[in-house]
Amino acid sequence: MAFVTDRKRATGLGSAKTGTEHFWSMTVSSVGLLILVPLFVFTFGPMLGEPHEAVVAHFARPFPAIVAALTLVVGFMHFKNGAQVLIEDYTGGLTRKVLIIGTICLSYAAAATGLFALARIAL
Amino acid sequence: MADVNRGNRPLSPHLQIYRMPLTAITSILTRITGNALIVGALLIVWWLLAASSSPEYFAIADGVITSWFGDLVMTLSVLALWYHTLAGVRHLIWDTGRGLDLPTAEKLGWACLIGSVVLTVLTVAIV
Repeated sequence: MAFVTDRKRATGLGSAKTGTEHFWSMTVSSVGLLILVPLFVFTFGPMLGEPHEAVVAHFARPFPAIVAALTLVVGFMHFKNGAQVLIEDYTGGLTRKVLIIGTICLSYAAAATGLFALARIAL
Repeated sequence: MADVNRGNRPLSPHLQIYRMPLTAITSILTRITGNALIVGALLIVWWLLAASSSPEYFAIADGVITSWFGDLVMTLSVLALWYHTLAGVRHLIWDTGRGLDLPTAEKLGWACLIGSVVLTVLTVAIV
């Protein structure tokens, strides 16, 4: 054992062999949003208050549509995982389960609605 | 004999008079802004759905989102978005093991607070 490194002794001894997926998914989605959010703010923001034809024409173009779609999908998945931590910190038992399931449903529903709307505008 | 001095002892700082350190304020603000963004996000999804449906439906959603109340929600959302973005960068820096000492952590906290206001003013001015 004297020649075995600390790392070698520790590897594989974790209780569940998992547990970092949530952290890693938040890291990846946060880096993604770091790129997407500024693009979204300045491609979506100017359209607020514009006439309907201008808005439809704008989001029929590839770049604004793809940025908006990616921002909504990555953003709502980031919200889903982030709000789950909020719920886990302040609630327990059945309340916790109901709220987490509700958050997941809301996140997917909102992302799907946004994608449907963008697809209908673009196509 | 355990509580002979009841009522006359110095109390530990109560939450209401406890001055939260900057790092604590900026931490809870990250959570508040991140979760509050759901309001603006759902408004945007509704606005997009209305835009894809019909000019009449779009007029309703666009009227709501550009009303004084909609403007307030969207402006606060921009502030929350930039704050949460900068706080996220701070977490990415911390995740590498850097900037965890108190002076640096407090500098990063001020950077989030001031940076988010500056970015919000710029965004409102540009958009």
